[in-house]
Amino acid sequence: MNDAEIRRLACDLLAGIAPDTDPASLAGGADIREALDIDSIDFLNFVIALGKATGRTIPEADYARLFTMDGIAAYLRD
Amino acid sequence: MNAPTGTPGAGRMTYREACRQAIRDALIADPRTFLMGEDVGLYGGCYAVSKGLLQEFGPGRIRDTPLAEAAFVGAGIGAAMAGMRPIVEIMTCNFSLLALDQIMNNAATIPHMSGGQFAVPLVIRMATGGGRQLAAQHSHSLEGWFAHIPGLKVLVPGTVEDARFMLKAALADPNPVLIFEHIVLYNAEGELDPSVTAVDIATAKVRRPGRDVSILTYGNSLPKSLEAAETLAGEGIEAEVVDLRVLRPLDDATIFESVSRTRRCVIVDEGWKSGSISAEIAARLSEHRFFELDAPIRRICSREVPVPYAAHMEEAALPQASQVVDAARGLVRGR
Amino acid sequence: MSDFVMPSLGADMESGKLAQWLVKPGSTVRKGDVIAVVETHKGAFEIDVFLEGVVSELCAKEGEELPVGALLARIATAGEEAAAPASPPAAPPPPVAAPAASPSPPTSTLLAERGAKAPAGPVPAPAKGPPVPAGERKKVSPAARRRARELGIDAETLAGTGIDGSVTLADVELAGAGRGKRETPAAGPAATEPKRRAGFDPDQMRRAIAAAMSRSKREIPHYYIGTTVDMAKARGFIEAYNSERPPEQRLLPAVLLLKATALALRDMPQFNGFWEDGRFRPGDGIHIGWAIALRGGGLIAPALRGVDRRSLAELMDALRDLVGRARGGGIRGSEMMEPTFTVTSMGDRGAESVFGVIYPPQVAILGFGRAVERPWVVDGRVVARPLVTASLAADHRASDGHAGSLFLAAVDRYLQEPEAL
Repeated sequence: MNDAEIRRLACDLLAGIAPDTDPASLAGGADIREALDIDSIDFLNFVIALGKATGRTIPEADYARLFTMDGIAAYLRD
Repeated sequence: MNAPTGTPGAGRMTYREACRQAIRDALIADPRTFLMGEDVGLYGGCYAVSKGLLQEFGPGRIRDTPLAEAAFVGAGIGAAMAGMRPIVEIMTCNFSLLALDQIMNNAATIPHMSGGQFAVPLVIRMATGGGRQLAAQHSHSLEGWFAHIPGLKVLVPGTVEDARFMLKAALADPNPVLIFEHIVLYNAEGELDPSVTAVDIATAKVRRPGRDVSILTYGNSLPKSLEAAETLAGEGIEAEVVDLRVLRPLDDATIFESVSRTRRCVIVDEGWKSGSISAEIAARLSEHRFFELDAPIRRICSREVPVPYAAHMEEAALPQASQVVDAARGLVRGR
Repeated sequence: MSDFVMPSLGADMESGKLAQWLVKPGSTVRKGDVIAVVETHKGAFEIDVFLEGVVSELCAKEGEELPVGALLARIATAGEEAAAPASPPAAPPPPVAAPAASPSPPTSTLLAERGAKAPAGPVPAPAKGPPVPAGERKKVSPAARRRARELGIDAETLAGTGIDGSVTLADVELAGAGRGKRETPAAGPAATEPKRRAGFDPDQMRRAIAAAMSRSKREIPHYYIGTTVDMAKARGFIEAYNSERPPEQRLLPAVLLLKATALALRDMPQFNGFWEDGRFRPGDGIHIGWAIALRGGGLIAPALRGVDRRSLAELMDALRDLVGRARGGGIRGSEMMEPTFTVTSMGDRGAESVFGVIYPPQVAILGFGRAVERPWVVDGRVVARPLVTASLAADHRASDGHAGSLFLAAVDRYLQEPEAL
């Protein structure tokens, strides 16, 4: 996946978790938890969905790398 | 005797000084105006309101009278009918009862019985109320009684501003007007707004806005009610203080508007409770605004005894701010 | 024959709209079956039954707005004939929205209707006044009486907060809060296409929260106590637990807080239940209301049932399910009725401490702040530790600060042995 595809995937998943928000408008470096008012359960659901969509198991220790769109793209590119 | 020469119209002054300046204004403005009453001349007035006026205006316009209220009030009525604009002072409203026949059967009635041919543009000033240990023949509040009588206007200045300017409006009125000056207020001081040179004698005024309870009051109960409102504000209760100012005719619109908004009402009246102006106001509220009320109407009035002489007894007999606080708090907080 | 009545889905609910029937006369129902959808100011709720039997009659029409306790249906329980009702059906209660101009129903009828039908299940009753002795009339202010008639509320059944215990305008407004504007009955039942997931109206929810929280602060003498809990062991436990599991099986600290709270409530049942009619009624089970902030504003606290008896894994699944349904719609009526205690947690981005407002008629709410790294003294040495402030707000009528302290100490103690939770 390239950056644009990763970003589109993350936006779709976030829109499902936080309806009424517009993840596509997020700046790359913005904290998605702050910007979309995502709590820990929402975030866990996001990690679960992201893991299923990409086939990766994301360790809890890596959660902090997924707080921004840029971080998600970098993490999934690795 | 210091004879004031200027006409101080503004600045800080006492209620007594405001009454005096109001009389001076009237005497200067209209040669038909004169002041008469017991000890108003040489002695300067029992409460020193007319001090210095005899020297300034002379005995033709500042007239000492015999101790005969029926006679000099009657003379004032005659003078008014004949085209003068007299100011009659009755030393204390207890003594006005000697002149009650003149006030009610003549002053209030002649315009009616003459089919409007005679107006009675008379002003009677009286001292009223207790709180200075003058005992049971000099301390009562009878303004509510006079407010019973059609044909009269009854004014109760509770501020320095009203003391300063109500007289002018009263003299301009073609009807007999009674002004009740509270003996405790004479020493009260207030700042006059230089831009105010006249007041109406038709409306009640909100002296402190609030949303939780209306305190309706007048005269010397006004400062007590304002003190109570300040205490209540410290407890988070916003009391609205309405100064009635005119007891006849009552300004129903202002009273109704305030109570409809706050839905609770405490009436503070230094008169005795039975048959008082507070009773009249409570009756009007229940007649006309019953469904706006969210709590019973409360009244703080004088104890139904002759006002005692002893200071602590007198204090116990007259309305006090703490009673107003308790009543208002009870209505708002449910206790 | 049993009556199925409009349930109370919270202390602030006075009435609800029957949006849809999911059963017909003759349907067999079992305990827990969802048989109707009711709309309140908090949104649409699926209403489940507490009985087993056969529906013999649907008394309420779809689209009807009815007060709490109003008869909705009659259900023939085991052993009864489901056919024709043995006794003539009770007249349905008058619709809530009686236009002000029309004659209001006699007070006695309304009282009888309300009094006769006890809502099923553990229902947080709305503010009902103490019974008035026969021959004595309940004091209702003139303004309150008029407003109650406009809202179709029987003011004489309300608790009075005014002078001499009188029912005031505010009491009536509180009872009527969340009802919104009255609809004209002439429009007829508009429920041919009921919305299952009626989006909640933020304004209405605000009013509902305002009403419940105002009632709480007016009636409940809160006391507040707090303690700092070292979360190092709990955090270590979760990290170890989660490192071996895929995301969908991982735990959040919230479930440890919930379980520890539930076990402390089992030790100290005086915090688990309701203050009603001047005394404490213990809850039937430990059902913890979990405060969930809704995106776009608002808050609901539906119950997690039997928290003390469930494993952490079960609780995590239940919590994720509950939060998802709270935000997407689909909370059941019973879940709103059940909480015996409430927990509010600020999560990982919130404030460091929270002093809750008790949801009446519950008697306590426990708040957890955000975990923060702070210096902490362990065995005489200062070390960095993740700390959480636990704050208890409790009803002083039902308990005292000493008991509250013991309760907080118990929560702390359980959190120090996470593997035993």
